[in-house]
Amino acid sequence: MVDPNRSSWSWRHVAVLGSTFFAGVLIMAGLAALLVNIQSHKREATEFPLKLVQISATELDPAVWGRNFPREYDSFQKTVDDTIKTKYGGSVPFSKLERYPAAVRVWAGYPFSVDYNKARGHYYALIDQKQTKRIQVVQQPGTCLNCHAAEAPQMIAAMGWENFSHTPYDELKDQAHIGTSCADCHDPNTMELRITRPAFKNAMAARGIDLSKATRQEMRTYVCAQCHVEYYFQGDNKLLTFPWDQGLTIDAIESYYDKIGFKDWVHKDTNAPMIKIQHPEFETWSTGIHAKSGVACADCHMPYVRDGAVKVSDHWLRSPLTNVNRACQTCHKQSEQELKDRVIEIQDRTAALLRSTESALIDAIDAIVAAQKAGATDADLAEARQLHRRASMRWDFVFSENSTGFHSPQEAARNLANAIDYARQAQAAALRLTPRQ
Amino acid sequence: MGLGAFTFTYAKGYSYLSNDPQACANCHVMRDVYDAWNHSSHKAVAVCNDCHTPHDFIGKYATKAYDGWKHSLAFTTGAVPEPIRITTLNRQIAQENCLRCHGDLVEPISHIEDTHPTDCLTCHAGVGHSH
Repeated sequence: MVDPNRSSWSWRHVAVLGSTFFAGVLIMAGLAALLVNIQSHKREATEFPLKLVQISATELDPAVWGRNFPREYDSFQKTVDDTIKTKYGGSVPFSKLERYPAAVRVWAGYPFSVDYNKARGHYYALIDQKQTKRIQVVQQPGTCLNCHAAEAPQMIAAMGWENFSHTPYDELKDQAHIGTSCADCHDPNTMELRITRPAFKNAMAARGIDLSKATRQEMRTYVCAQCHVEYYFQGDNKLLTFPWDQGLTIDAIESYYDKIGFKDWVHKDTNAPMIKIQHPEFETWSTGIHAKSGVACADCHMPYVRDGAVKVSDHWLRSPLTNVNRACQTCHKQSEQELKDRVIEIQDRTAALLRSTESALIDAIDAIVAAQKAGATDADLAEARQLHRRASMRWDFVFSENSTGFHSPQEAARNLANAIDYARQAQAAALRLTPRQ
Repeated sequence: MGLGAFTFTYAKGYSYLSNDPQACANCHVMRDVYDAWNHSSHKAVAVCNDCHTPHDFIGKYATKAYDGWKHSLAFTTGAVPEPIRITTLNRQIAQENCLRCHGDLVEPISHIEDTHPTDCLTCHAGVGHSH
């Protein structure tokens, strides 16, 4: 029989209930802590790349971007080094006019014949532009700032494309303080590669290429192709334009210019209508074996480098000859010396062809000058002058390109062979107009 | 069934279940590849399956089954492509295995969430065995 006086609970029940309750509290608290922990990790995972500071859409100063990406910023700052010497390039700003005096006569009548130096690193993009005599001997348009100032896209947005372009450089240069910047190539939020220069967008659109569909590897070339290209200033507004409608070879570019009857200047000695070619690295690369093999500019000029426990792109843009292990040996397993020797061999051959071309051009110029002195008319000289133009632009396409032929050796040789041919034809045509003394 | 079992054993089909690189070298067309692996940077850290099969149980044996079927088909008919090129699927598997070990090191540059992730094998195709 159950004792009615005995209550239904005892201290033992209390203890069991109490400890169960307490255990429940602990478990729930633990679960809550775990949940919060998981949530914070999930939130961290969306913060990639990790940003210490929020970079605004208008931030141009690399030092600010560098707070989020110190490794890339540190290597980018190394482009201040202007002591790198390679046989044909490097970062020492030697005068190309002193080293290759023929260029002065080839460019007679054009600002390049007054001042033309080997370019230094990206650090100096704006500094050297502000210091070159080429903006002093002639009034240049604001267009020049497109590639040499980080402020260019913002100035274009504020002033309008036409207005920015035709306003004199001297009136705009004080608004430009930063040369190359992270913002030229990277989106401030995602760090994705992006195109910021209108001329490149326009040129690719004209070629029917949809940049929004570009692969990452293609972008690793395209961001460089915003600036490392041949260009001209179109029309009275001096709009920056790339002459690519018909293709990227010098032949296609020549065809483009001929079709619109364009000339950069009239040669002071021969009075021929001349084209000046500027740094056509992208066009040259595009005909070479590396382009065909899917190798981008960044693969050789910004190779991945191990910095501690991670790999990042090396932002110290410079001659790969100073960095053969990282730039070449990932894919080419020969020794550094063998690879360097091969590069120099290509460059030596290109240089030899350049010197032959210069001889031929000087002879052509002298012959046309002599024919003019002998009284030949413009109609007489039209053929010789046209040949002078054709020869000179092909020489320029190789001379003013910064790889001394390496980006596309056979194309460089082909262009110089044609240049020599046209120059000698020009000389012959002029000699035919000149009676023997 | 008996004949099938005998054929399977005679052809060493069971070796497909193993991890031993020697099993892959059953086919003499793989001998050069085996030699190359034996002299490669990854000799001490990876066998064939480490790069060429996924590492989850189902993925691993499904891949072995699929590849095994294709191998026996090619071998029987003699239609071995010359040169042998990796299929898109197997290249994808190899790429994922690169990241399985090296993912932390290349995290800043691998862009795995992107539509166009960085492709390790474009430049580093020879680390397992030469081509």
